[in-house]
Amino acid sequence: MNTVVAKLQRQFQDYLVSLYQQGFLDNQFTELRKLQDEGTPDFVAEVVSLFFDDCSKLINSMSRSLERPENVDFKQVDSGVHQLKGSSSSVGARRVKNVCISFKECCDVQNREGCLRCLQQVDYEYKMLKTKLQDLFNLEQQIVQAGGAIPQVNIN
Amino acid sequence: MNSGSCSSLMEVGYDDHHHHHGHEELHVLAVDDNLIDRKLVEKLLKISSCKVTTAENAIRALEYLGLGDQDQHIDALTNNDLKVNLIITDYCMPGMTGFELLKKVKESSNLKEVPVVIMSSENIPTRINKCLASGAQMFMQKPLKLSDVEKLKCHLMNCRS
Repeated sequence: MNTVVAKLQRQFQDYLVSLYQQGFLDNQFTELRKLQDEGTPDFVAEVVSLFFDDCSKLINSMSRSLERPENVDFKQVDSGVHQLKGSSSSVGARRVKNVCISFKECCDVQNREGCLRCLQQVDYEYKMLKTKLQDLFNLEQQIVQAGGAIPQVNIN
Repeated sequence: MNSGSCSSLMEVGYDDHHHHHGHEELHVLAVDDNLIDRKLVEKLLKISSCKVTTAENAIRALEYLGLGDQDQHIDALTNNDLKVNLIITDYCMPGMTGFELLKKVKESSNLKEVPVVIMSSENIPTRINKCLASGAQMFMQKPLKLSDVEKLKCHLMNCRS
């Protein structure tokens, strides 16, 4: 009866549930966690890390495309949003994905101001999620270091 | 070894370590321009005991299959190591689309029997029907889940027998 482990596990569980409840994550994140096994214990962390790198790169290139009002490459922006929407959907990054939906709409009607707002929002959301997931992974690490197992968390 | 709370996670991942397969592994060629989606589909397939090769676009996929620019057929295709049992491809890709890739495969005398599965994040009935009409085995909605790959394998096993 290791109470340190039990406490950490409880913390982890509560934190993860809160991320779903606050809409940061959706069911696809649960699906991603299912794929992690003893042979690949860092799978989720690796995939989200790639995702955040991707966000950063895409946001930078879209920002450049939107920079000059008289010469916006909406095709490039649309391509970037498409990538971002796909990736965020695949990892369960719900808020990021939802911004991408609005972003696409602005792009479709060539609304530069709208695109700039969405770009700012998507930047905020991915960075927020990155911080949250880092906290989650830190909790995971603490559990493992204390000799415990990562709880299975069922989101209803 | 591992405490109970992780055991169901383990069951999912350990099939290929604990069970010896009497038949050959399925070799799947997964094509997607999105890196995260490639990682995801690769993991899903590996967990389902498939051998996986990934390609980041349709041109690379065709080259791997021996259907490069000049329609060359590499002799290596007869080598079991390279023989592809299934192609799973994203629909929306820059350059050549998954649909165009599907058609190239189905036009090839060597490869037309290889099942091709199309994935897409968009659920557009005309798109789905177009793919199925052109010989796609199945259409799968992204984002992919473990249960999708299990469904896929069942479907393929039934088709193979």
